[in-house]
Amino acid sequence: MSTEVFLLPDVGEGLIEAEIVTWKVAVGDVVTLNQPLVDVETAKAVVELPSPFAGVVTTLHAEVGDTVAVDEPLVSFDVGGERAPHANEKQVVHDVADEQRREPVLIGYGVAHEEPVKPRRRRRGGDLVPSPPPAAQERPTDRLVGAPVRTTPPVRLLAKQLGVELATLSGTGREGIVTREDVERARDRRTSSATPSAPAATSAPTRATSRFVGREIAPWSEGPREERIAVKGVLKSMAEAMVESTTHQPQASVWTRVDATKTVDLLNALKGHPNFAGVRLSALTIVALAVCDAARHFPGINSSFDAPNNEVVLRRYVNLGIAADTPRGLVVPNIKDADQLDLAAMARQLTALVEKARDATTSPAEMAATTITITNVGPFGVDGAMAILPPGTGAIVCVGQVAKAPWIVDDVVVARHVVEISMTFDHRQIDGALASRVLAHIGRFLEDPATALLARSSVAR
Amino acid sequence: MIDEELVQLLTPEGERVTHPDYASTLTGEQILSMYRDMVIVRRLCNESTSLQRQGQLALWAPIQGQEGAQIGAGRALAPMDFTFPTYREHGIAWCRGVPPEDVLRLFRAVSTGGWDPQKYRHHVPTIVLGNQVLNAVGYAMGIQRDGADEAVLTFFGDGASSQGDVLEAFVWASSFNTPVVFFCQNNQFGISTPSSTQSRVPLFRRARGFGFPGVRVDGNDLLACYEVTRAALENARAGGGPTMIEAYTYRMGAHTTSDDPTRYRVDAEVEVWKHRDPIERIKALLVREYQTRPASFEAVAEEAEAFALKLRDDVLAMGRPDPLSMFDHVYAEPHPLVEEGRREMAALLAQEGAH
Repeated sequence: MSTEVFLLPDVGEGLIEAEIVTWKVAVGDVVTLNQPLVDVETAKAVVELPSPFAGVVTTLHAEVGDTVAVDEPLVSFDVGGERAPHANEKQVVHDVADEQRREPVLIGYGVAHEEPVKPRRRRRGGDLVPSPPPAAQERPTDRLVGAPVRTTPPVRLLAKQLGVELATLSGTGREGIVTREDVERARDRRTSSATPSAPAATSAPTRATSRFVGREIAPWSEGPREERIAVKGVLKSMAEAMVESTTHQPQASVWTRVDATKTVDLLNALKGHPNFAGVRLSALTIVALAVCDAARHFPGINSSFDAPNNEVVLRRYVNLGIAADTPRGLVVPNIKDADQLDLAAMARQLTALVEKARDATTSPAEMAATTITITNVGPFGVDGAMAILPPGTGAIVCVGQVAKAPWIVDDVVVARHVVEISMTFDHRQIDGALASRVLAHIGRFLEDPATALLARSSVAR
Repeated sequence: MIDEELVQLLTPEGERVTHPDYASTLTGEQILSMYRDMVIVRRLCNESTSLQRQGQLALWAPIQGQEGAQIGAGRALAPMDFTFPTYREHGIAWCRGVPPEDVLRLFRAVSTGGWDPQKYRHHVPTIVLGNQVLNAVGYAMGIQRDGADEAVLTFFGDGASSQGDVLEAFVWASSFNTPVVFFCQNNQFGISTPSSTQSRVPLFRRARGFGFPGVRVDGNDLLACYEVTRAALENARAGGGPTMIEAYTYRMGAHTTSDDPTRYRVDAEVEVWKHRDPIERIKALLVREYQTRPASFEAVAEEAEAFALKLRDDVLAMGRPDPLSMFDHVYAEPHPLVEEGRREMAALLAQEGAH
């Protein structure tokens, strides 16, 4: 019998130690050449070390959680018979003994500086974990009702953005001042207890079943057998608009399905970013940017037919209408000059627009002069719709729900986040070819929003 | 992902597709032989990764996933063509006949080069990103002046495509209409930086701006890589000037053994690319179209296994280089300062030996 010892190699150009993560063999195991022995974690990566010998494991020189220095024994083997001709008792390549300090140069990584460290072994398990700061006092104080809450202007702004009522908080700062952390904690409590991601542009879902044409109606069993409702207000506007539209505007539709996985990834990546604190971010945000971008590329889509004057009005600005489901019913406020907005500004404006619509504080001016519209039926859990044009506009884009679906990527079926988008257009001035190009453009934008946003920033005027 | 401009002659399922500009000219025998190349090179790569994890190599740059691009391009070369590789062109070195142990000598850090470039018409690996592309254009200008019937094939990745050296090389190649083919393996990552971050246009389109054609080829399609490279080299030898080939592929493994790809990319993406494996699709083609028997594949696998064991023995048997040899290759001609360094080193070694 002869023994071979596998010394921990430097697996990453200048590392000095590694921690044992998982043993994949035990003493007494028969192992083959290159059989995985152990996972070790270095400063750079978790790597699997394959066995340099075939034989029987006789000793594991460290336990899980131990840190082993490079060139210290890791595993001993009984390899049977004679000694192998190239025993690696001493590494030829990595010789740390005579090196006081290593400054590894990695391809593409540059020079790293490490303090000289004496090879050592220690247990990781015993390390102290710093405990989180003591929890803030969260019980309400006996603060006088109506007294102004003591805090700072940035925190007031944050509370406003996050929709946190300052008066409900008790300050943990010096002299009871409400701090940024207090506001954020209140936000976290709310989100952890709330249902996940309330959809944009919808009213409170709990009330939806008892509402019709912008008013409360009695439940099935309680109301009269038949009821007549006066056509006025938002209902009247909707009815007139739809009659106007379908009577005078010959409409056609195109639709497509899009792999929106990158849109979902982008939104997820941005959600935690401070620039988007308190701002709604959803597929609608990206669609809004995509529609504006499509208008820049194909201005013809952003047009209307002026029959009395026998002219087509082509607009090089976008007043982006958003169909909003509000307690009063359907309203379509718009974002003026939406083509000038970047992602963060668009998200903020959409948030403000939806909140105003919900609070019924949208002004008539905010609903006038829409040039192109988006309606988002995704939050209701449906795939799409054939929308009807708001009168006086050339196109309306409809977005369905973003949901995982089988998708073919280079002939392989994979699960992707898929969304259906459709567009209804005024066929007097817009033909199917233009509409199709525009919708395809919007689709490409959703397929790779990061690239599209980059390209967009370079052509913005 | 569906890209109309991507040249593909074989789908990931191993079914042939036609292309208006390129048609496969390879026989079943040639395809089988190239299949063997790919399997052996992958085995070489796996063994080298193991050797690095066992402390026997200082570093290794894996090529899993890129075998189709490299064997396709490497086998398209004429004997006298000259190649300028990066540190990842193990498949090209194999096609050029460089002994694999000489490639590993560099990665074991017992040699600064490893072979005579003129003997194999394959330059030693350039570690500095992109530099070899300038060297290649210079070499191609030499071919022009010699009036030789040769072309240069040079390699770089999507990461190096952002290097000034590469772009300067494009300018010179275009201005002098040199017989050079730029073979860019777009393996999607410059270490951890996605290629989409580095270029707003598909890389092959850059060529047009410099004044020569660019072609995007399915880098996992051996047949397409072979035909596109062959045509570009022929064009270069015939005086047609440079071509850029973007082999659209995916690095299945780490950038090098010092890298941990799980930190910057998702498993789902890797899974998708597994279905596009360059070796599996050739295997499917061989079975379907040439009725290649399982025994043939087993023979190749056994050969690769034996090859790996011998490679391991060769690596373990490599000695340390004579420290004084480092002074031999600094300059082609003797240099007084280098000689002074050599004398000092010799004295130091003698002193240490005396202890």
